[in-house]
Amino acid sequence: MIPAAFDYVRADSAEAAIAALAEHGDEAKLLAGGHSLIPLMRFRLARPEVLVDVGRVDDLKYIRDGGDHLAIGALTRHMDVETSELVQAEAPLLAAATSHVGDPQVRHRGTIGGSVAHGDSASDIPSVLIATGATLVAQGPSGVREIAVDDFFEGFLETALAAEEILTEIRVPKVGGAGWSFQKFNRRAQDWAIVGVSVQVLNGSVGIGLVNMDTKPIRASAAEAALVGGSSAADAAEVAPDSCEPTGDLNASPDFRRHLAKVLTRRALEEAGVS
Amino acid sequence: MEIAVKINGEQHRHDVEPRTLLVHYIRDTVGLTGTNIGCDTSSCGACTIHLNGESVKSCTMFAVQADGEELLTIEGLAASVNATDGQMHPMQEAFRSCHALQCGYCTPGMVMASVSLLEENPNPNEQEVRQGLEGNLCRCTGYHNIVKAVLECAQGGAK
Amino acid sequence: MSIMGTRVLRKEDPKFLTEGATYTADISHPKLKGAVHAHFVRSTMAHAKILEIDTSEAASQPGVLAVYTAQDIPESVAPAPVMVPVFPPSMMHRPHLATGSVRFVGEPVAVVVAETPAQAADAADLVFADYEPLPAAVGLAQAETDNTVIYEDVGSNTAVDFKNMNMVTGIGEEDIFADCEVVVEHDLINHRTAPAPLEGRSMACVWDDGRLIVWASTQTPHGFRDNLAAVYGLEAENCQVIAPDVGGGFGQKIGITADEIVLPWLSQSLNRPIRWTETRTENLTACGHGRAQLQKVKIGGSQGGQIKAYRLQITGDAGAYTGLGAFLPFYTHLMAPGVYNFPKVETTAKSVVSNTTPTLAYRGAGRPEATAAIERAVDLFAAECGLSPVEVRRMNLISKDSFPYTTPHGTEYDTGDYETALNLALEAADYPALLEEQARRRAQGSVKQLGIGVSVYVEITGGPAPGGQEFAKVEITPEGKAKVYSGSFSHGQGHATTFVSVAADQLGMDIDDIEFIQGDTDLVAEGTGTFGSRSFQFAGSAVYDASRSVVDVAREIAAGLLEANVDDVLVDAEADGFHVAGTPAVAVSWAQVAGAAQEQGKKLMHEGQHHANCTYPFGAHVIVVEVDTETGQVTVPQVVTCDDSGTIFNPNIVEGQRHGGIAQGIAQALTEEVVFDEDGNPITSNFADYGFISAAELPSFKLVPLETPTPHNPLGAKGIGESGAIGATPATQSAVVNALSHLGVRHIDIPLTPERVWQAIVDATAQN
Repeated sequence: MIPAAFDYVRADSAEAAIAALAEHGDEAKLLAGGHSLIPLMRFRLARPEVLVDVGRVDDLKYIRDGGDHLAIGALTRHMDVETSELVQAEAPLLAAATSHVGDPQVRHRGTIGGSVAHGDSASDIPSVLIATGATLVAQGPSGVREIAVDDFFEGFLETALAAEEILTEIRVPKVGGAGWSFQKFNRRAQDWAIVGVSVQVLNGSVGIGLVNMDTKPIRASAAEAALVGGSSAADAAEVAPDSCEPTGDLNASPDFRRHLAKVLTRRALEEAGVS
Repeated sequence: MEIAVKINGEQHRHDVEPRTLLVHYIRDTVGLTGTNIGCDTSSCGACTIHLNGESVKSCTMFAVQADGEELLTIEGLAASVNATDGQMHPMQEAFRSCHALQCGYCTPGMVMASVSLLEENPNPNEQEVRQGLEGNLCRCTGYHNIVKAVLECAQGGAK
Repeated sequence: MSIMGTRVLRKEDPKFLTEGATYTADISHPKLKGAVHAHFVRSTMAHAKILEIDTSEAASQPGVLAVYTAQDIPESVAPAPVMVPVFPPSMMHRPHLATGSVRFVGEPVAVVVAETPAQAADAADLVFADYEPLPAAVGLAQAETDNTVIYEDVGSNTAVDFKNMNMVTGIGEEDIFADCEVVVEHDLINHRTAPAPLEGRSMACVWDDGRLIVWASTQTPHGFRDNLAAVYGLEAENCQVIAPDVGGGFGQKIGITADEIVLPWLSQSLNRPIRWTETRTENLTACGHGRAQLQKVKIGGSQGGQIKAYRLQITGDAGAYTGLGAFLPFYTHLMAPGVYNFPKVETTAKSVVSNTTPTLAYRGAGRPEATAAIERAVDLFAAECGLSPVEVRRMNLISKDSFPYTTPHGTEYDTGDYETALNLALEAADYPALLEEQARRRAQGSVKQLGIGVSVYVEITGGPAPGGQEFAKVEITPEGKAKVYSGSFSHGQGHATTFVSVAADQLGMDIDDIEFIQGDTDLVAEGTGTFGSRSFQFAGSAVYDASRSVVDVAREIAAGLLEANVDDVLVDAEADGFHVAGTPAVAVSWAQVAGAAQEQGKKLMHEGQHHANCTYPFGAHVIVVEVDTETGQVTVPQVVTCDDSGTIFNPNIVEGQRHGGIAQGIAQALTEEVVFDEDGNPITSNFADYGFISAAELPSFKLVPLETPTPHNPLGAKGIGESGAIGATPATQSAVVNALSHLGVRHIDIPLTPERVWQAIVDATAQN
């Protein structure tokens, strides 16, 4: 299918992209790897009047050692995250989860920033950012700001990014030696997760992010609290879906999603070394 | 907008509508119809080509995004490894000898995805081949002979 | 030396692999220069009265030549001929564009023609249809109640009850289960699936001096031509249909569809060549689906496992208009008793219309449904008796020495050896070791339980009974090479290789000296096409006949040249021509014979139809699954099949057919289902939602060879195109139930989604 017509603006820097967004307002959409947006446009479910292509903003493509964290440019492709030795060593959960995003062709084009900024609850990477306690860096007309991951995902395909802001960097704490697990449950390898769970354990502190368990990417707060209170992994997993409001669809009813969240959380905790 | 794209070693320059998908550009404007379209959701992989040496789905890119880049399609694959006239790329040979194609519709994309897979993992096991081809659908072969062909190609030491 | 049984590599592959095949959308014929593009506007309602369709805004868009609705199409564009005319007229005479009302989501209500595909798509967005919604009958259970009647003039949703036509046995006065110690009944679902060839429908056409020339993605070029000729009142020779390479069909491209029928009229009225290629969503919502049956099985026998009686009641979902799919419950009836020697079998069969996409003949077409029903019934019976499903099968199989075997229905199976097939498959799977591993996991209470599923099947190919025909022509060129023309048409089956090999064998020629011609109604005089696993047995036999006839004439000519008795002259590939038996050194070549034929005014050509009976391929599938008892996830570590299709000409081609069928069979059991919501909106309308199976969900398959030739054709071959899809679905279903049988699970409907499997475990655990 052929997308509706649009005007195309190629931005050569973050600043240019921000200016273009400011100029076109609601009519404009950012185009990074395009793997969330283009399928929607082909069905004409998205009909932006202006596309601001940031695909050539090369200074947002990097993976750097930021001391206590890895700084990953928003336009870094999934394949580069997945295969980065630095990410594999210092943020192994992120590397592993990224290898489950889409398929190889999708990972050759799709970007970490595009995936995160889309804010899709069914996407794999946001759960990692929740589990690891990542920080998102946004840049707008009035400058740069940092957003804690817990403040970033606000609702169905809604994030804390303002209309004229772009996501420029994802900061993931360096956790070489941490326990971790990524559990993705789907019917076909290339599918979105029916339910997914990211777990990271560092110095006894456990982060649990859930995929597709609510209208937005969500933290399994009740399970984390239970662990803090001394519960076993199995008991904590039982409360993983508390406070989640999963939807029902073709692949799973809300009840089945809750059940899966419990099973997968328990497995993830066990794999990550929590007993 | 005018774009310049190198396809199979040849430079092309065209004025395209921004909304033109790369696969439509390759097929309708450039006239290379070996690359096929099988879906609208980036699911089937029939449109897989190489962009700067890596597999991508050309239905999930606008032609304007490929401006200044190098593309390789099935038509240029044999020449890309300097196969002499009439010879094929080792992956194409492996597909033929293993009967890894029937109707042929998924084949160009499947071959391009397989070549990219071996570039990144030259010695995969069966499960890695199956996972690596998760984004390419085939209705005819049940994948059996495709997986066999990729494994044989890898064992042949070919890329 | 014969090349029969050797793995000849496909002649079509080098082009397919290096530049890609040439599909309809790839055609750049000079006559198509300046072609315009059609884009259909489709119903968004499952059932509604059309109040108004406003095309004015669309018509005024840039590049738009016209926007048409049903009322624009003149009556001279006749209704399409009906393939199986056994249904009420209003149900089977589908309008070219929706007229008065719409009956399923995806039905075309208008068509936009524009200079470019993008302009056509843009304008289509601006066609506004105003509907008055009507209650929709969605799903068989609902449609069958007649609470919402779709065709008021018929007064019921039942399109056909085959009992009224004396085509099924019906339920007799006598209780056939009267002397059974054990009787089991169950309702089964054989859900709706999508054929989903990777290439959807595609067509281009042009009127050329009163002649209609069409390029189309079809399995049946001549049938496509005949349909168009009838609709447009053309003599057959004034309608040329060219099927270029075709990207799969699986039954979806038999005959012609409403959308395709309209295109020549668009071309005619605008006096421009026209092109149309459907999107995946159109393919998944508007083209046609398969299966879609509700079944009731009842089976009874002795406590010891001897089955005495079986009853199958079939209700098929025709969708909104009755096409081939509406006839398929009859096929299910035909093969109801399967491989078993049950003395008493009863069937009922009917088809019901509903506000969903019409159904058609998807790979297997009625026979997978029969096998699924009987195999499930046998499993249920075995479980009720507390016996091994394998033992109960062995006890009831039709024995090897009973062929030809006539079923209680009167279907005559040609040849078979069902128990050997079952034994070979079990042996190759190492059944005892599997049972041991299963017992170990059960004893340990493993999260991942092992299930072993077995199915034994027989099907009918080249049907319907009593048989079919196909056309071939073989001619020798003046240079002494050959041309083989086939009325069948390959859309992936490799005719260009297999049929040429058959000719090469008989003509004693190298396959590279033989040109293959198919798929062009101007070049091939007659034809039926490829479907129902018919091609090799009919079309291959036709090539065989024609080749032999040509050789007979050639031998006479060669005998003259050799000054020998014709009875002593043979054709010999090694000697590169003809010679007297025993003296290959003195030979005349095909070129010499061709030259002499020309001088003598003799034609080295034969053409004709080969008629033959149906054949009955059979086999056994053993499929092993692992079921995650906490999540309901099913994985398939092992697949072993023994599929007997009689004599095998090219093992590569035959195995390839088996592979593809097996994958589709497993897919139906596990991942693939066409789903509508309660209002009739399709919710599996693209490949992100429809669970088209990928390499990652499947293992490699272990294929066990077995060849039991049929006497019905000179090649001894039976059909193989659908076998895999027939055996694999019930074997997979059986395996999943088997994995959980120790928990008390007796049955789970297909598709075996994780949630459904998990729910079955929860329910069984709660009961115990």
